[in-house]
Formats: sequence, structure tokens, C-alpha cells
Amino acid sequence: MQVALFFVFATLAVAGAVNLLVQRAPINAALSLVAVMGALAVLYLLLGAEFIAFVQILVYAGAIMVLFVFVIMLLNAQPDPSSHRSRVARVIGIPVLVLLVVEFCGFLATQFANAPVRMGEYISSTEELGTALFRRYLLPFEVTSVLFLVGLIGAVLLAARREDPPVADRDAPSVTRKSPGELVIR
Amino acid sequence: MPNATFFLISLVKCGVVLFVLLTLVAYIQLAERKIVGRMQSRVGPTRVGPFGLLQPAADAVKFILKEDITPDSAHKFLYLLSPALSATLSMLAITVIPIGGGTIRLFGQNTPMQITDINVGLLFILGVTSLGVYGIVLAGWSSNSKYSLLGSLRGASQMISYELALGLALIGPVILAGSLSLRKIVDAQQHYWFLLPQFLAFLIYLTAAFAETNRIPFDLPEAEGELGAGYHTEYSAMKFALFFLAEYINMITVSCVATLVFLGGWHGPVFGPAILQAILPLFWFVLKVCFFLFLYIWVRGTLPRFRYDQLMAFGWKVLVPLALGNILVTSLIVGLLA
Repeated sequence: MQVALFFVFATLAVAGAVNLLVQRAPINAALSLVAVMGALAVLYLLLGAEFIAFVQILVYAGAIMVLFVFVIMLLNAQPDPSSHRSRVARVIGIPVLVLLVVEFCGFLATQFANAPVRMGEYISSTEELGTALFRRYLLPFEVTSVLFLVGLIGAVLLAARREDPPVADRDAPSVTRKSPGELVIR
Repeated sequence: MPNATFFLISLVKCGVVLFVLLTLVAYIQLAERKIVGRMQSRVGPTRVGPFGLLQPAADAVKFILKEDITPDSAHKFLYLLSPALSATLSMLAITVIPIGGGTIRLFGQNTPMQITDINVGLLFILGVTSLGVYGIVLAGWSSNSKYSLLGSLRGASQMISYELALGLALIGPVILAGSLSLRKIVDAQQHYWFLLPQFLAFLIYLTAAFAETNRIPFDLPEAEGELGAGYHTEYSAMKFALFFLAEYINMITVSCVATLVFLGGWHGPVFGPAILQAILPLFWFVLKVCFFLFLYIWVRGTLPRFRYDQLMAFGWKVLVPLALGNILVTSLIVGLLA
């Protein structure tokens, strides 16, 4: 039963990823990425990692991808025009890709051949996860949060940067955008 | 438990829940029209059946018989997908809601009074509702119409913003209960409801919940006065009915979560003979959920709509900081007492 479900959702994940690369319309590509995220969440669920599975859905499918779709909608992104396929890509890219895939498969086969992940052999409950995160991995966790904070502040700064009106024009009425949707006339 | 029995039990439970849910949606809608009618000195629907009680059935027939229109310039697949997505996701969230503390006997097995009991029930509900945004976004985009697109943009940004406050408000009670399982959260409220120590979180949750379900005073995505009907302007017949269904099921889910997390779920005075003792917890649960549903209707009859920038500012500058503060204070107190 579990093996059957694994193959169904693993296939779905791979198919979604391939579709993501093949699609020309941005919205279709974004939606296939959502499908990949969903399929991955089910794979986590099959391993008994409930918390990770639903956080995956909540964060990736529910927040990050919604933002992607939102931007695509807002900019009304058109399908990519077909590029003239460069010869370099065909001559060098394809052999390198094949080489990398073979190497990766070989690595997986030799390193993890006799070590399949089994249900219950690792921390999966929310409590254990929290303890590990705030005791053993406290420093990496805090460093990551600082990193996120820096990114957040940077984004706000870039979005809020506004050209100051020249001194001479200061008394003239001008329309500025204070916040999304709010027009201020002064 | 053998696989076949498990499937059978799950099937029966799903069937019962689906029946109760759809009936409830039909009659909440009737209740809404009646109560809002009363508030506006009207009588509401009275013609179909005694006291208008068969009105939902008439509405259902009307939905089925109406012409099903697909705009020529719509993205056909997504246009079809989004109502289905909305309805499915809203129903999915109901599966983890427990309606009673005990177990019931079905096909010789004891099974909990909910479709499935998972350890991270609350997280599951948040995850599924966060996916609900796709229904709205894709509906507006695929219709290829100005009003739909504006409605869905508003809807998406509103849901993303208030989802944050909603999730953060729920963390306080989760800290107190020490679990994400809805069953354990209710069990932790045996002596007192989390409404008392987490009153601020309750208010934040309630406000964010109104916004999440696109109800007045936060119904900007639909705003019939300015946007036609927002993201579902172009939808008709059963496709529209599915959006309608999703909205009402989401209201029920949100009310159930409020009941379980803040009002002690099925806990309440239990007395009398055995049969009464078995029924009373269920009665308390339903009573509390009905209170929240009434509150939804009451607010709809009372409050005007927010302005869009007020809505955004309120969500980000008031609700989110308050919710964060609540988490800080709660965890500090729990940490000091432990």
C-alpha cells in the first residue's frame, strides 16, 4: 500500500518537475511547481513526518508559490518567446547533463544502497523537532533567522526607496503613494 | 485494524460528515437570510414550504437549471479547476475536526468521532486553508475579466495577510496545551477554557477569521457594490454554487476551530442518565459552533465594509504585532511557571 502510494506520488513529483521545465506559459510552470510541492509533502507523510509534510504545504505551496502566482498575475506575464536554440547548449550542455545524472545515480547507488529510510528511525514528532532545533541546533537556527531578517529589511528598504522631490517643487501639489492603494495628495 | 474495515469505516464517516455538512450549509444560508431580514425589518423567505424551510432545496434546483456560461477568452482548464479546488480544499479541512471526546463503535471497531485523528491537526487545517487562496487567485485570473482580476488580487493579498495573524493567534493556545493535536488541545481545557488566559488571541483569531472567509466587514474580494461580485463575477450555475459552498464550509471550519481551541470544544456540564451523558458533549459542541455562525450573520447585519487600505493597515500594523506580543508574553509566563 505504502509502496504503491510512494510510486504514484514520486511519479507525480517528477512529472510536475519536467512539466515545469517544458511549459512556456509562466502560470502553468508555477502551478506545476505547486504540484511538485504537494507530491513531496505526501512523500514526507508516507515517512511519518507529519509536521514537515504540513509545514511544506503551508510554507512552500501556501505562501511562496502563492506569491509567485500573484506576481505572474499582476504583471500579466506572457509565454516566453522561443529562443533560437544555441549550438553550444546542444554540444556541451547535453553531454554534461548526462554525465551529471549518471554520476549522481552512481553516487546514490553506492552510498545509500543498503540504507533505505524507515518509518520511525528518525525524529519526526513536533516536540522532538522543536527540542532539537532549540537545543542542539540553536546557533545555526538563530543565524538563519538573522539571515532572513536581513533579507526582509533589505526588501522593505528597496521597496520603500522614493525619490525626494526637488527643493523648488516642494510647495507644488504632488501625488505620492504612501502605501499600496493609498493615494495622498499634498 | 484490517485495511478493508478501515476503508469501510472511513467511507461511512465521510458520508455522514458530507451529509451533515451540506445540510448545514443549506440551512445556515436560510438562517442568514431570515436573521438579516429580521435585522432589516423584513421577513426573509417565507414562500417555499412552511416558514420558507424548503427554500434551500428550491435554490439547489435553481443552481442546477441555470445556464452554465464559460467566457470565450477564459483559460478553460483553470476556469474549470478553480471552483472544484475551492470546494475540495474547504471540505478537506473538516476531516480532522473532532466533534466528541469518546469513540463510537462501527463494524466492531472503536473509532474516534472524526474522520481522521492526526497529531498535527491544527497545522493541517492551516495548510489546507492556505491552499484555498489558489481557488480565488486562479478563478479571477482565468476568467479574463477586469472585475474578476481585481477581486482576486484583493482576495489573495487579504488572505495572505490575515493568514499570518490567524496562525500567530493560534500559537498562544498551542503553547498552553503543548500540542498541535486538536484532541489534546481540547483535553487541556478540561478545567478552564483557553478563552480566559488567551482573550487577546481569541479576538485576533476572530477578526482574522472573518477576513479569511471573505465575510463582511472584510468582504472586499466580493464587494458587490464596487466589483460586481469580485473573483466569481463570470461564474454561473453550479460553478458559482461551488464557490458559495466553499465559503460557507470555510465559515463552519473556522467556527469549529474557534470552538475547539478557545471554547473548550465539547466540554460543558454533563449530568443526568447515561443517554443524556452521551449526547450532552455533542450538544455543547454544536451549540458553541452555532454561536459562532450566528455571530457571522449578526456582524453581517451590523457592520459596514472596510476600505481596502484600512484593511491592509489593520492586518499588518495592528493584528500581527499584537499576535506576536501575545506569543511573547504567553511563552514567557509558561516558561517561568514551568
